[in-house]
Amino acid sequence: MARSSTWSMVWLVALREMRTRVLSKVFVLTSGLFVVAIVAGGAFLAFFGPDSQEASRLGVTPEAVALEPALASVAAASGTELEIEHVEPGAVEQQVRDGDLDAALSGSLPDLEVTVESDLDAALQTVIVAVVQQEALAGEIADLGGDPAAVAQQVADAEPRIISLDDAEERDPAQVAAGFVAGILIFIALMGGGQRVAQGVVEEKSSRVVELLLATMRPWQLMAGKVLGNVVVGLLEIGVIVVAALATAWGFDLLDASSLDLGAVAGWMLVWFLVGFVMYALLLASLAALVSRQEDVGSVISPVIGIMMVPYIVGVSIAPWNPESTLVEVLSYVPFCSPFIMPIRIALGTAGTMDVLIALALSLILVPALVWISGRIYSNAILRTGARVSLKQALGRS
Amino acid sequence: MARLEVDSLTKSYGGVRALSETSFEVHAGEVFGFVGSNGSGKTTTMRILLGVLEPDSGEVRWEGSPLDREVRRRIGYMPEERGLYPRMKVGDQLAYLARLYGLDTAAARDAVEQWTARLGLSERVGDEVQKLSLGNQQRVQLAAALMHAPDILVLDEPFSGLDPVAVELMSQVLREEAARGVPVLFSSHQLDLVERLCDRVGIIKNGRMVASGTLDQLRRTEHPQWIIDGPSSAGWLNGVDGVQVLETDGARTTVEVRRAGAEQQVLQAAMAAGPVREFAPARPSLTDLYRDVVSTDDGQEGEQ
Repeated sequence: MARSSTWSMVWLVALREMRTRVLSKVFVLTSGLFVVAIVAGGAFLAFFGPDSQEASRLGVTPEAVALEPALASVAAASGTELEIEHVEPGAVEQQVRDGDLDAALSGSLPDLEVTVESDLDAALQTVIVAVVQQEALAGEIADLGGDPAAVAQQVADAEPRIISLDDAEERDPAQVAAGFVAGILIFIALMGGGQRVAQGVVEEKSSRVVELLLATMRPWQLMAGKVLGNVVVGLLEIGVIVVAALATAWGFDLLDASSLDLGAVAGWMLVWFLVGFVMYALLLASLAALVSRQEDVGSVISPVIGIMMVPYIVGVSIAPWNPESTLVEVLSYVPFCSPFIMPIRIALGTAGTMDVLIALALSLILVPALVWISGRIYSNAILRTGARVSLKQALGRS
Repeated sequence: MARLEVDSLTKSYGGVRALSETSFEVHAGEVFGFVGSNGSGKTTTMRILLGVLEPDSGEVRWEGSPLDREVRRRIGYMPEERGLYPRMKVGDQLAYLARLYGLDTAAARDAVEQWTARLGLSERVGDEVQKLSLGNQQRVQLAAALMHAPDILVLDEPFSGLDPVAVELMSQVLREEAARGVPVLFSSHQLDLVERLCDRVGIIKNGRMVASGTLDQLRRTEHPQWIIDGPSSAGWLNGVDGVQVLETDGARTTVEVRRAGAEQQVLQAAMAAGPVREFAPARPSLTDLYRDVVSTDDGQEGEQ
């Protein structure tokens, strides 16, 4: 009957935390809003974004089919996405009007016709004009006794060397966006989760239910259960967002030409969330135990919230635009700052695995000490209701 | 017989001594009333019992050995102030607490059903605790203390804020629990209730147990006291030796008899002086005893 094994108590506490948080209206509502916002944002980018246009569909009639290889190679060289479909001459007008085709080529050189609904898309025009010119040139070269293929090769190889005066390499916009979003997400999750833990601690203290709870378990079990439960809730929260983001990105084909490894970024983000959450939750739980009223939570945890703001602001305002900044690099190793900044650097592709592991180790070394100190503060302060308990009192002998 | 022994507990908060050398015991199957003014150390004693506080010295024993974690988990506890999650439903809350006390899911559900029914809360199982009246919250709190069929009951002010019907219900439940063989320790300021309900009483003052025992033991004074409802003038007692008049209230006179058998002479003297309507040993109420004990000068009993 007396199943009081240490971890079953922690687990019971964690389960209650999860159930009350996840089933709360606030959680369901905010998660829902996030998902809607992400999907809507992705859809907006997909339909209106400049570099995410869908492939142009070009129809070719049997007479013009000979141009297909040239069209494909020119389009590929100029980075225009092109789908070529074969159409019967009689169906050209109908298909263009219906929007099945963006344009259709009919006739043969030199009397080539392009049928469009109203205007010819600029990229498509460039491709078609280049092909037409190339074909005309090839004809002339052949007439003059030259080898059109050799000339074409020469032309293709003639490319100027680009000298960039600005040393910084060009950032992939997808990486910048991912870094930015990672920074904000981690911040929201840590801030929200940390405050939930702090409020939960004071709720128990102010309602005195903690006295009943501590009659059945040790203070550290209660604290561990609270942190664990809220970690799971936070993971769920951030997980919902990440899954929505991944699904949106893949669903709308937003990341085709990007060097962003979204899976790895998401994975590391979860790791850093865990590390950051455990550290901040312990700290906030122990500080919250010092006060007895919900109104006082804000003031007692504000120093920690202040500490959270610094790496966050540095992370989202400097890192995405200037990831090699010394400030960013140094802070990304500092415990309590690294959870905010390292994921951004990972998303930007400027942190190697070694950097990440070193930063992780520096944080993890601190965890046992943090567990000890916060456990002591919490145990000593949680039953002293009334006036705010000073840190000195809480750290001293009970 | 199983008993809960509180042995010389001492506890200070900072420089303030909350308990000094407090000792008493509660036997299995006995209801023990714990009375004392606010701040006298009742809550501190109970918290130490529950292991929520550590005493500076002294210990609490159950069946002869010091209370450990496993025994403490068998205590049903009702903290002084309501200790419930305000935004959790009554049923969920009770089930959660029952699980913490080691019941499995099914047993917890049964216990919730049983105790909410017994305490008249069946209708409110699905309501948040904060929506209940204070009296009903108190019932939930009692249910929380009883869910795991505790071996020991410790209740801090269980009667405060209850209406008469609820007081009756609470009294019944406490007596039933005691009948089950559980030592029941509770504190209260409602002395008439304590007098009616308790087998034994402890009076605590400034962190010291100044009196404890059955009511009859507490009433037992060094010299017996008698009440005479008879002649109104005090002069009729002048001829009796070894008797001291304590109080005269119209026709009622209270005397202290310092020589064995002198009360017979008191009665004779009274009858000689006029008609006697009542002659009986004085039985001070708990309220009287409490008033006497608490109003005693600090300097005197501080040195005992």
